[in-house]
Amino acid sequence: MNMLIYLIPIALFLGGLGLFAFLWSLKSGQYDDLEGASWRVLQDDPPE
Amino acid sequence: MSCCAPGTEGYPDHPLPSSEELTLSSRAVAPGLRQTDLSVPQVHCGTCIAMIEKALNALPCVERARVNLSTKRVSIVWREKVEDGATDPVELVRAIVDATGYDAHLFSNAEEVGQKLQRDLIRAVALCGFAAANIMLLSVSVWSGADASTRDMFHWISALIAAPALIYGGRFFYQSAWNALRRGRTNMDVPIALAITLSYAVSLWETMHHGEHAWFDATVSLLFFLLIGRTLDYIMRDRARAAISGLARLSPRGATVVSADGSREYRPVDEIRPGDRVAIAAGERVPVDGFVESGASDIDVSIVNGESAPRPVRVGDMIQAGTLSLTGSLVLKATAAAKDSFLSEVISLMEAAEGGRARYRRIADRAAQYYSPAVHLLALAAFLSWGFIGGDWKQAMLIAIAVLIITCPCALGLAVPVVQVVAAGRLFKNGIMVKDGSAMERLAEIDTVLFDKTGTLTLGRPRLLDIERFDRKQLALAAGLAVHSRHPLSQTLALAVSGPVAIFETVTEIPGQGLEAATPAGIYRLGNRRFALSMPDDGSPGNTVTETVLSLDAREIATFRFDDSLRPGALAATASLGASGFETGILSGDRRRVVADLAIRLGLEHWQAELSPKQKAEFCTSLGAGGRKVLMVGDGINDAPALAAAHVSIAPATAADVGRQAADFVFMRDSLEAVPLAIDISRRAGRLIRENFALAIGYNVIAVPIALAGYATPLIAAVAMSTSSIIVVANALRLSRPGSVGEVDVTARNGTTTAHPGEARVA
Repeated sequence: MNMLIYLIPIALFLGGLGLFAFLWSLKSGQYDDLEGASWRVLQDDPPE
Repeated sequence: MSCCAPGTEGYPDHPLPSSEELTLSSRAVAPGLRQTDLSVPQVHCGTCIAMIEKALNALPCVERARVNLSTKRVSIVWREKVEDGATDPVELVRAIVDATGYDAHLFSNAEEVGQKLQRDLIRAVALCGFAAANIMLLSVSVWSGADASTRDMFHWISALIAAPALIYGGRFFYQSAWNALRRGRTNMDVPIALAITLSYAVSLWETMHHGEHAWFDATVSLLFFLLIGRTLDYIMRDRARAAISGLARLSPRGATVVSADGSREYRPVDEIRPGDRVAIAAGERVPVDGFVESGASDIDVSIVNGESAPRPVRVGDMIQAGTLSLTGSLVLKATAAAKDSFLSEVISLMEAAEGGRARYRRIADRAAQYYSPAVHLLALAAFLSWGFIGGDWKQAMLIAIAVLIITCPCALGLAVPVVQVVAAGRLFKNGIMVKDGSAMERLAEIDTVLFDKTGTLTLGRPRLLDIERFDRKQLALAAGLAVHSRHPLSQTLALAVSGPVAIFETVTEIPGQGLEAATPAGIYRLGNRRFALSMPDDGSPGNTVTETVLSLDAREIATFRFDDSLRPGALAATASLGASGFETGILSGDRRRVVADLAIRLGLEHWQAELSPKQKAEFCTSLGAGGRKVLMVGDGINDAPALAAAHVSIAPATAADVGRQAADFVFMRDSLEAVPLAIDISRRAGRLIRENFALAIGYNVIAVPIALAGYATPLIAAVAMSTSSIIVVANALRLSRPGSVGEVDVTARNGTTTAHPGEARVA
């Protein structure tokens, strides 16, 4: 059962990483224009 | 992708916002940099994005520009000064218009608060999702038989993860429950707040005393599900708000004031005082009430009082705020400040009329009214009976908590919002915006539908009659003259004629009269009969309503007649409403004869004409007082009080700002068939909501005896809760199945804005 000492913090840390990544992406406006993002993928010359 | 090639969409209907107006509404983001947000409702694909951004980035003054396709907005950061002098922000708008031919206009930035709340909710959902997943992971280990010390450790870790989730995610429910309790009411959030708090407290107590069962997983996953419901509700409202605020503003933000020494100054509308002289160019809206001091023009009053024909005005005539000057420039002497003008009168009428809506209680709240006392009594009864009969008060407490958790309205919390979000999505696809969920609930109840005439049943745009009666030469001459005017009859004439038109060197427009061109062949005139045929001016307004006359040296060449074109789908919509058993009628501010003709055309029995805004609202209120549930469909400023007074209201996207704000639904496409469609989807949503309630209650009927008997372990609670939520969501998704509502053919007919075969004429 000693391995739980490592595994649980690791599991929580990884989960927390995912949560942090989501919150960061939300904050940086990546969900502001989902419709537009799907069109921008197809653009040949991205506006610099 | 030819859909957004320049010119294919025609030229914008609205004049560009003025440079002063743009500067007034932009905000400074950094020294020398300003940001302007423009709404471009027609952007719809990747090519639009590329074209607008390319055109804007090519301008030297633009720092960066980005199109948001979801909200249909362009935000531009621009430098106040470039090498060759100050920047004119109109250039930005012109760049967009030139590149795409789309309208670009300003919108008010008032809805930022809602945006923030929505973000907070999404963050809370993310945090609770994280907490729920991790706690569930630990709980599964406990259920599969972790031994005593490991179980305690897992419980402690769960408690640590649950605490921040409860505070961060639970605050929305705590606040709402507290607000309800303070006013002596109860809503769905009261049992929720109680259940999550108590279950957490008891679980913590159990953990401290090395107990076997802890409910952390149930607490947090409950919160997670409920937050999803709450977030969906907000996103739905926000989307509609964004789409509606993206429409053109019809009331001006400012106007040019001419001071005594003749200097001109652009001022915000609020700073215009009675006695100021306001200059109004052709194509501008009148910002305040006033009388004409100099100049003459034709005034489009349709949005103000529902009258379909433009009204000529001369020196001394009164003009109401909100009307549009079509043909000439005017100098107006303001008689009232903006806050005392006609528009503000209407707004105060609207506030007074807001009756039915404020009294309406949402289905979920009405259910909670019965549900939460029942649940709390049940838990209390379980506690007391287990305590007195069994004698074990700790056991009694655990059972009471189990009852509270099991009955916690998780499925009920999702039952309403999920259905309404799915329904709103369906409506959105068909070009109908819903302001909030309660609007759909109210629309499902209506039994009477009242329509405004101008702009609602009709498009408020004239249509040329019997075009085949005229020969090519007459049409070419008339169109050649007509292209020089903004008068609606002229514009219709110019648009109706395809092919080459006559070219005139100099055309002068005499506001209120018509157009005149001197040529070697003589003087051509196009305008009202008296003007065109040089009849003596007898002071009467003349018949400018339905005809315009083309003449050469005062000899008549042709007389063109017009009528107001019926909104596409108006016949089908009124017929299908009548067939579904609704009482239908017209409330109009226009003249009796016109309204009566239209009522006969559409087969509507009840109609009222020449109503003031107040009378319209009173009519709606009196029907409401008689127990009728009225749906009002209208667009004008004069309809706004009635829209507010009715049980529920729908406005077309072309409506006045104030009308759109008063309405619960706004439809973006031309066809009036949006009205029966909205009613149909709302009714189906109402039926699904009731089904969902039945499902949630049925689940309680099975689960509560288990809890009361003392067999509900956290495992059973988790399974039961998730299953009921999933069933409710799955049931709601049935609404998104297309085909059953007949919207497919509505969309097909909406593809064209021209009249379809069933269209009738209005004289």
